[in-house]
Amino acid sequence: MDLVWEALKDGVRLLAHNDEDVYSITIRSLYVSGVATVISLVLGIGAGAVLAFRRFPGRLAVLTLVNTGMGFPPVVIGLVVAILLWRSGPLGELHWIYTTRAMIIAQAVIATPVITGFTAASLASLDPRLRLQVYALGASRLQMLWLLLQEVRLPLLAALMAGFGAAISEVGASVMVGGNIAGQTRVLTGAILLEQSRGNFGPALALGIILLALMISVNALFTWVQIGVRDRQRAEASPGRAPDAATMTSAGALLRR
Amino acid sequence: MSAKLSARDVVVRRGARAVLDLPALDVESGETLAIIGPNGAGKTTLLLQLALLERPAEGEVLYDGAPARGRELALRRRMAVVFQQPLLLDRTVRKNVETGMSLRRIGGGERRRRAEAWLARFDVAHLADRRPLALSGGEAQRVSLARAFALEPEVLLLDEPFSALDAPTRAGLIEDLAAALADTRTTTVLVTHDHDEAARLGDRVGVLIGGRIRQIGRPADVFGEPADAEVAAFVGVETIVPAEVIARGDGMLTLSAAGHQLEAVSAVTAARALVCLRPEDVSLSAPGERISGSARNKLPARVTRITLTGADARVELDCGFRLVARITRRSFEDLGLREGAETVASFKATAVHLIPVGVSARAETH
Repeated sequence: MDLVWEALKDGVRLLAHNDEDVYSITIRSLYVSGVATVISLVLGIGAGAVLAFRRFPGRLAVLTLVNTGMGFPPVVIGLVVAILLWRSGPLGELHWIYTTRAMIIAQAVIATPVITGFTAASLASLDPRLRLQVYALGASRLQMLWLLLQEVRLPLLAALMAGFGAAISEVGASVMVGGNIAGQTRVLTGAILLEQSRGNFGPALALGIILLALMISVNALFTWVQIGVRDRQRAEASPGRAPDAATMTSAGALLRR
Repeated sequence: MSAKLSARDVVVRRGARAVLDLPALDVESGETLAIIGPNGAGKTTLLLQLALLERPAEGEVLYDGAPARGRELALRRRMAVVFQQPLLLDRTVRKNVETGMSLRRIGGGERRRRAEAWLARFDVAHLADRRPLALSGGEAQRVSLARAFALEPEVLLLDEPFSALDAPTRAGLIEDLAAALADTRTTTVLVTHDHDEAARLGDRVGVLIGGRIRQIGRPADVFGEPADAEVAAFVGVETIVPAEVIARGDGMLTLSAAGHQLEAVSAVTAARALVCLRPEDVSLSAPGERISGSARNKLPARVTRITLTGADARVELDCGFRLVARITRRSFEDLGLREGAETVASFKATAVHLIPVGVSARAETH
């Protein structure tokens, strides 16, 4: 019990001192996971739309892969990205190993299947005739996608939360490809890992609190937007329409590591 | 008149099966063509072809006489489609009506003017700020129609737009649609399984069975003079009996069917024909009762089955062949009919429609 108490006191002291290291680690975490999420949004929405609307040979295989990807061991992803970016590896020329770029790639690879899966599921849940109707209104293919994405904006927000959550809470892959280098590639999860291994439970706990607070505030922001959308809709219960946002969010929470 | 929209040798397949086979179909400028057919006849497939929302396996769709292939997007922006479901987007009614116009690069002021005008025209202006989920089925379908008309399309394609609505809602909406069509003279194709809608709205009616147009023409011709037995059965002819012509003269034919002599007014020249009778053209009377009027055909018959509906009675009879009569509930009760009872069925010579047999029945095309 003493250990917990001491750790808490240490942690609060650290936070109160407004330590520059803690500050830059937090910013780096936000930057790496934010960029990774944006990349996986672009890739995931595109891939999700193809999976939802196109029938092609091997579609089932890709869907299976995406569903596996939603629960894929990050360590394996870290290993593959590390091999690719290794100095003697196929992309070694880039000299990206042990940089934040490598971490962004790893986190994007982790978050993309999550967003792909959510996008494909929510678009596929729309009435297929809605797509015909939108085409009939005069939409080009891109305009069709834009209009239908607005129809599933609630589940897409859930996808965004799940993707960001998967990225920022991930540790194995980030450390493997980023190296956990102080001042360069150390993010919150990596720092927690390090402090804990040194027996510095106070700082570790402080960083853990920051990570939690960060995730909670980001999710609170998105949830606030979601509820705002829903209130504006003043939607009467609509069974069989877009999947309920609350369900999707908790599904997203389950996916987080 | 010239063809606004045509199909030439269009074939659509699902797997190995051809679900639509249209050697030639023309929709004339300004007309309303109603396509009727049973479920699964290929009606929606036909509409999706004309709407350029699906590509045919073979053949082509012509717009203003020129192939549509390669310019589908531009042409879709000159047409509008209303489906059986309203298929509104999750945004306000006003924005729903304006979305298609935005896609067609119609300016903001014009968009608002047209949206307001057509929402008012279909009696849903008061719902402009509502979202689709807060609308009833009838209201939503009115919005869907307003959205289509606000596009001021050259061609309007309607896929069973009323079949999901209850009867009173449907009746009101059909009248509003008829008025809007009469005012705009928009070239229209209406696909429906409902004969009354087709007869009310169609300048011409086409009968689609098994993916083929079996007959096309004025509503009176299609409903009164079906081209073959299947069309006859679909348009409501319930008695179809093979008969032989035994005498002819003065436009009047005498035929023999199951031992009865029948008289028919017809120009048919074949030696054998199918006698077609609509149930509402057959009257019943008590045996021995004097039959007033000009019914030339009187057959003794036995009642085999009675089905009562709201105002009518449908009576199936056996008079050597199966004959179906639809009479009012009142005359049914006056006659005191029971299953197994003897009665006399009568119908005019002009009520008989003959389909020649032996000559290949071919769809009449215009």
